Amino acid sequence: MAKLKSVGELDALRKTITGKKDPKKTVITVCNGTGCQAFGSKNILAAFQEAIKKQKLESKVAVKPIGCPGFCERGTLVTIKPKDIFYQRVRPKDVPEILAETIDKGNIVDRLLYTDRATNQKVTDESDVPFYKRQMRLIIGNNGLIDPTVIEDYLAVGGYAALAKALKMTPEKIIDEVKKSGLRGRGGAGFPTGNKWESTRKASGKIKYVICNADEGDPGAFMDRSLVEGNPHSVLEGMIIGAYAIGSHEGYIYVRNEYPLAVRNMTIALEQAKAYGLLGRNILGSGFNFNVQIKRGGGAFVCGESTALMASLEGRVGEPRAKYIHTSEQGLWGRPSNLNNVETWANVPLIINKGSAWYSKIGTKNSKGTKIFALVGNIVNTGLVEVPMGTSLREIVYDIGGGIPKGRKFKAVQTGGPSGGMIPESLLDLPVDFDELTKAGSMMGSGGMIVMDEKTCMVDMARYYTTFLEGESCGKCLPCREGLRQMRYILDGITEGRGKKGDIELLEELSAMMVDASLCQLGQSAPNPVMSSIRHFRDEYEAHIKDKKCPAGVCKMGRSK
Amino acid sequence: MSPKEQKAKVKQVLEKHRHDKSRLVDVLQDIQAAIGYLTKDALQQASQGLDVPLSRVYSVATFFKAFSLTPRGRHVINVCMGTACHVRGSDKVLERVEKKLKIKRGETTKDLKFTLETVNCVGACALGPMVIIGEDYHGEMTPEGIVPVLEQYK
Repeated sequence: MAKLKSVGELDALRKTITGKKDPKKTVITVCNGTGCQAFGSKNILAAFQEAIKKQKLESKVAVKPIGCPGFCERGTLVTIKPKDIFYQRVRPKDVPEILAETIDKGNIVDRLLYTDRATNQKVTDESDVPFYKRQMRLIIGNNGLIDPTVIEDYLAVGGYAALAKALKMTPEKIIDEVKKSGLRGRGGAGFPTGNKWESTRKASGKIKYVICNADEGDPGAFMDRSLVEGNPHSVLEGMIIGAYAIGSHEGYIYVRNEYPLAVRNMTIALEQAKAYGLLGRNILGSGFNFNVQIKRGGGAFVCGESTALMASLEGRVGEPRAKYIHTSEQGLWGRPSNLNNVETWANVPLIINKGSAWYSKIGTKNSKGTKIFALVGNIVNTGLVEVPMGTSLREIVYDIGGGIPKGRKFKAVQTGGPSGGMIPESLLDLPVDFDELTKAGSMMGSGGMIVMDEKTCMVDMARYYTTFLEGESCGKCLPCREGLRQMRYILDGITEGRGKKGDIELLEELSAMMVDASLCQLGQSAPNPVMSSIRHFRDEYEAHIKDKKCPAGVCKMGRSK
Repeated sequence: MSPKEQKAKVKQVLEKHRHDKSRLVDVLQDIQAAIGYLTKDALQQASQGLDVPLSRVYSVATFFKAFSLTPRGRHVINVCMGTACHVRGSDKVLERVEKKLKIKRGETTKDLKFTLETVNCVGACALGPMVIIGEDYHGEMTPEGIVPVLEQYK
């Protein structure tokens, strides 16, 4: 590949790539995300490739490994384009039949089709699957179209057009666009992205950094992993635009070490972008220079917190600091730094391409755009779901998620990960956005949504999250370190049948203290699972304490540890 | 691996990262990948090579969950304890592995065959409970199902 020296050359390259594509050629896409790899998608991919080679079909049929389209429950996902025939739960042994029937004769293999549970009808076309149909897949949609390790695929779907457009705009104009779009940080806090960019741009100092937070530590959340794995260039493009607007020439992507495939695909993306001159010196002949490095995390939840992440980037222990001085003024190495989450960065090209007026029409008054949720737990359709802000929990859980399996009853949904809260059935019609979730005692968080059925014990879940956070508390400040430990002692007692009168009140008192006195967001939000479960499921706590009974039958009462 | 070979590997890692002290976490990760765990000698070598006090190298090596200061088994078992796996009963799977291998989480069997660890979500929630052995993902695990899986590893 030759370096592109201008926007014109980029457009010409895009034309060549799309011109070479034969729209009639059969393409078999195989999901190659971590979830489907666990189902053995690599073997399926290899089986297809081998058979096609053997039968000398290369000119007619192509096989493409793609990123995670989101429907993890039905993996491995295989789609035959251009007809968009959607096969699910495909296993290596199904490959010969798909080739013989569908590719060769054009017949549908019925048993591999998805069955719509509501109508009991088989669905052939991917876009008719109810799980996908009710979503608005602006950010994650391209995962299903591109091979994440091939930059040309990203260019073919319009990739880097936003960068080309942005380079012709003034930095102020870009920041203004992002501000007007109403985009808020997808990492959890929901801070307006444009304002953050503006403060970093205005901060004094020649050297500034932009950072991508891909340290997705919330258990049960994996949308950031899927984006970095499945469409790394969209994240990168957002970062380059952000860096140009802010006036930064150096960027970092901090990825969880537990995500090896994400690290691999992003590394490839950086190399390819550099080779095309979309990254590095004099990007597209604009005179703007920008470089990005990948840094792997060390498996610490607290490093998702911005100051702890920056400490870790400097090669120090990942302990947060008080934010009297914002990181936009003094962040990494004491220099102005702008940190955004993966999904936030991935929204940027869309806003630049389509304009803030278009973008701000999606969503609610104060929460614009879409949000990707990881729908997991006791749910029929586990997977990634992208919906406009303001979609109700009921729609997400029942219409898209397919409801609760095994005919059981819904009990609660936990949003926001270990820092979020549990939302009961009475609030299912809540429109999901930043403000509404906070009002309900939970939070948006990074977008984990864990559905719990009647067999889940809320006290046990509170104990689970508290234990998790106790292990992940960095120990720097006392309220978090000791508060969590004491809360866990009490919760252990309650779930083991040693609960006593006054425990609930003590938990509430400890919670209030932690909210007020902890140093960082980890400690300040750590009591959320306990507080929200007491608020909405107090009767379960009382049953454990007074009657020594676990209504859900989870806790082994009387068992001592 | 002899101490001499280990020393050479650590040297290679330090050179790869151009003795850049800000890359301490990456350096320790690569050392662990190259020689299996972080030996006392390796930590000292990293401290000298990066010009970082040994106390800081030690604090970083003990802060992050990814690092081990003791030898690890040939096969590292990671039982996912993420929320989705928890809701589906991963603690029972972990209990069974502990019983079968007679070690607790964080420990290694005497024959250095297995190290048992837990991880907080690998993002394959649709397949929970999830057990990862080496680079192999074993999904939808049950206390009964994990035993034959363990037996596959020699």
